[in-house]
Amino acid sequence: MENKTCFHCGDDCGNHPITYKEKSFCCNGCKTVFEIFNENDLTCYYDLQNSPGAVPKEIEGKYDFLSQDNIIEKLTEFRSDSIEIATLYIPHIHCSSCIWVLENLKKLDTNISDSQVNFGKKTVRVTYNSEATSLKAVVLLLSTIGYEPYISLDDFKSGEKHINRTLIYKLGVAAFGFGNIMFLSFPEYFEVNEFWLEQYKPMFRWLMFAMSLPIVFYSAQDYFISAYKGLKAKLLNIDVPIALGVTVLFVRSTIEITFDIGSGFFDSLAGLIFFLLTGKFFQQKTYQFLSFERDYKSYFPIAITKIDKDGNENSIQVYDIEKGDRILIRNEELIPVDGILINGKAKIDYSFVTGESQAISKQSGDKLFAGGKQTSGVIEMEAIKSVEQSYLTQLWSNDVFNKNKEEGFTNITNTISKHFTVSIITIAIIATTFWLFVDPSKAMNVFTAVLIIACPCAIALSAPFTFGNMLRLFGKQKFYVKNASVIEQLAQINTVIFDKTGTITSNKQSNAEYDGDILSESENLVLKNSLRGSNHPLSRTLYNILQENNIITLDAFEEHIGQGIEVKHEAVNMKIGSASFVGNPNSNSVLNTTVHVSSNNVYKGKFTFYNSYRKGVSKLFNQLKQHFDLVILSGDNAGEQDNLKKLLPAKTKLIFNQKPEDKLDFIKYHQSEGAKVLMIGDGLNDAGALAQSDVGIAISEDVNVFSPACDAILDASRFKQLYTFIMASKSAIKIIKWSFVLSFFYNVIGLYFAVTGQLEPVVAAILMPLSSISIVVFTTIATNILGKKIPSIANTTRHPNKV
Amino acid sequence: MSVIYILLSVSVVVGVTFFVIFIVAVRSGQYDDDYTPSVRMLFEDELVKEKTDTSKQTKTD
Repeated sequence: MENKTCFHCGDDCGNHPITYKEKSFCCNGCKTVFEIFNENDLTCYYDLQNSPGAVPKEIEGKYDFLSQDNIIEKLTEFRSDSIEIATLYIPHIHCSSCIWVLENLKKLDTNISDSQVNFGKKTVRVTYNSEATSLKAVVLLLSTIGYEPYISLDDFKSGEKHINRTLIYKLGVAAFGFGNIMFLSFPEYFEVNEFWLEQYKPMFRWLMFAMSLPIVFYSAQDYFISAYKGLKAKLLNIDVPIALGVTVLFVRSTIEITFDIGSGFFDSLAGLIFFLLTGKFFQQKTYQFLSFERDYKSYFPIAITKIDKDGNENSIQVYDIEKGDRILIRNEELIPVDGILINGKAKIDYSFVTGESQAISKQSGDKLFAGGKQTSGVIEMEAIKSVEQSYLTQLWSNDVFNKNKEEGFTNITNTISKHFTVSIITIAIIATTFWLFVDPSKAMNVFTAVLIIACPCAIALSAPFTFGNMLRLFGKQKFYVKNASVIEQLAQINTVIFDKTGTITSNKQSNAEYDGDILSESENLVLKNSLRGSNHPLSRTLYNILQENNIITLDAFEEHIGQGIEVKHEAVNMKIGSASFVGNPNSNSVLNTTVHVSSNNVYKGKFTFYNSYRKGVSKLFNQLKQHFDLVILSGDNAGEQDNLKKLLPAKTKLIFNQKPEDKLDFIKYHQSEGAKVLMIGDGLNDAGALAQSDVGIAISEDVNVFSPACDAILDASRFKQLYTFIMASKSAIKIIKWSFVLSFFYNVIGLYFAVTGQLEPVVAAILMPLSSISIVVFTTIATNILGKKIPSIANTTRHPNKV
Repeated sequence: MSVIYILLSVSVVVGVTFFVIFIVAVRSGQYDDDYTPSVRMLFEDELVKEKTDTSKQTKTD
């Protein structure tokens, strides 16, 4: 029989689906959510989208900290006696059903008066009556319907976030002025000496002047500031000729209308600034739902349960944890500080930190490091450091996290601008000198005309539009780039450094190889069935790898914690576990993770676990080796060295046992020798290396949930396309160079008019927008053609984003 | 006085009015989220349908 998929979440229901109202569910959690929606007339949720839900998670006691007043204060944006407003981040928001159900929260709880979703940011803004309900109740309600909010230490600091809308205002002012000035200057384009036109000419001109004032002094102010800064640092950036052009345009136009020489160039001036700001606006658009600035704070909880001397449990803020405090970590909670395990069964998943998915068992008295996630039951630990001084978190005190990567990087536009500015000024001076001898009355006219027509609007637009479009195209392929300058830097790299665990290995599965005497059929049967009963992570992995067998009932089953399992079935007595437990005489493999097996006290052999590498790793490395130096920088021991050597091209450098700081220093050293480094990593332990590298890419299985601070986030399923992305960035640079050629062509035509002293306002008003628009069209078409060349892989994710 | 002054002042006033409306719209946060409202708009039919449903129920009760 074919397995049914869950009506609520779309997962496979397995052999025993729960049926309710003729619908199948994979678990009771999903069924409960359906019941809630059914009772409250919210089943529309399932009409809008098939299986939109998520399985609600165990949340017992997890949100107790939300009843503390000082924490509510930080999380809410508005608080009065009866009303509170809070914005909560919910990673699961992915489709229209989500928007619908979250905006109908008031049907589930009448104390919620309003809820509004921001799909792009994946947040919901809830307004509720704080006398009748509480933030904790709202969060619990959201969790029970499968929309668990993500509350981290980051929310605690930020408070109200300020949204910067200045660019939209500036663009609006420029657009308003541009449109109106165009209308007002239109009659004069035809230059008919008509009586009424002559009569009202001064008024039209002064109106244009008035409208150009806010454009020059408000909309264009960034260009003046940037040009000033550039000159101060002895750099001729692209804003220098722009600022020069704008100044000359404004001053010359004002003089012309004051002395009634001509109509001025106010239309070109407004158009120029409007186009430039459009380019800026286009470049600024980025992925709202992703954060590229995350540090450990985004993952750490706000509060933790502390056990005081009398054994009472209190919620305390994570920053208040002191050395010697006893804290309680529940299942699925993150350890916020370094400490020592006091009691409880600890199975710590350090995948946030290292990318290693295998949970590690710890005994009482063992040291626990901050950043691990407890995965089985409740444990008690004693803090030995404060949050900021823990092994992992102190990495963030390194200077590299305060450095802005864009500084100190000369982008392609500014490189060309240096030559451009110098040659334009030279041409202006030569032409002026020439006219001083021929016709001195025209000299000033020619000088200003050259500076006006050469104003590099088209050059300044090439890069923003090309990179802006590339950013969008990469995003479609699940490669999310932080900003345009990253694409440019990506095109220049010559060294690629990979982290191992979680980056080139997949943390979803691992392989095991059996080495030893062949097991009989009955032994295999017992082995599989005994693993079935064990909850140890290695047992679970091995269970999934071994082939299917019948289910049998074991006669005896005993699990020795930290050692292994002992089982009995008919004639077979089996021991599975560590070397010493099963009695392996010569245990020499120290580097790899192994599980040993013995049957009736005879040692049989061992399963050695290997990382399973992502598909296409070998091919990717072979593509990359032709152009780049390749390095693997791993925090693990050298156990995988032989395997990696087989898999990867011979010239790949393999370096093991690297601490987070070592990775950072390694990159710094190579940069000082002239390498342009691309670092690809995944865990928080790579954060330093990602920040130090020229381009840091984080690989992520789920882009919404986890990634350290980086320049770009690559969806793990697109890992093998990395080479294509680098090559596409290089092609983008080529497109920009071609559009520079195109804009020089326009400049030559313009300069002809300017140098010969025939630059009429109407010529400028046609030529300047024409060059800008054709550059925009050229770059857009060229990048789209380039984007088609990036092969797309069929979408395999369960919930395709509907954006 | 020529009619052109009236025409000009009217056109400038209209232009400025739209500009002010734009600024107010930006300030109120309308441009912060440009996706959700497009979806929300489509839900209004659903909501109306449900309201009539519940009203019918109360009548029969």
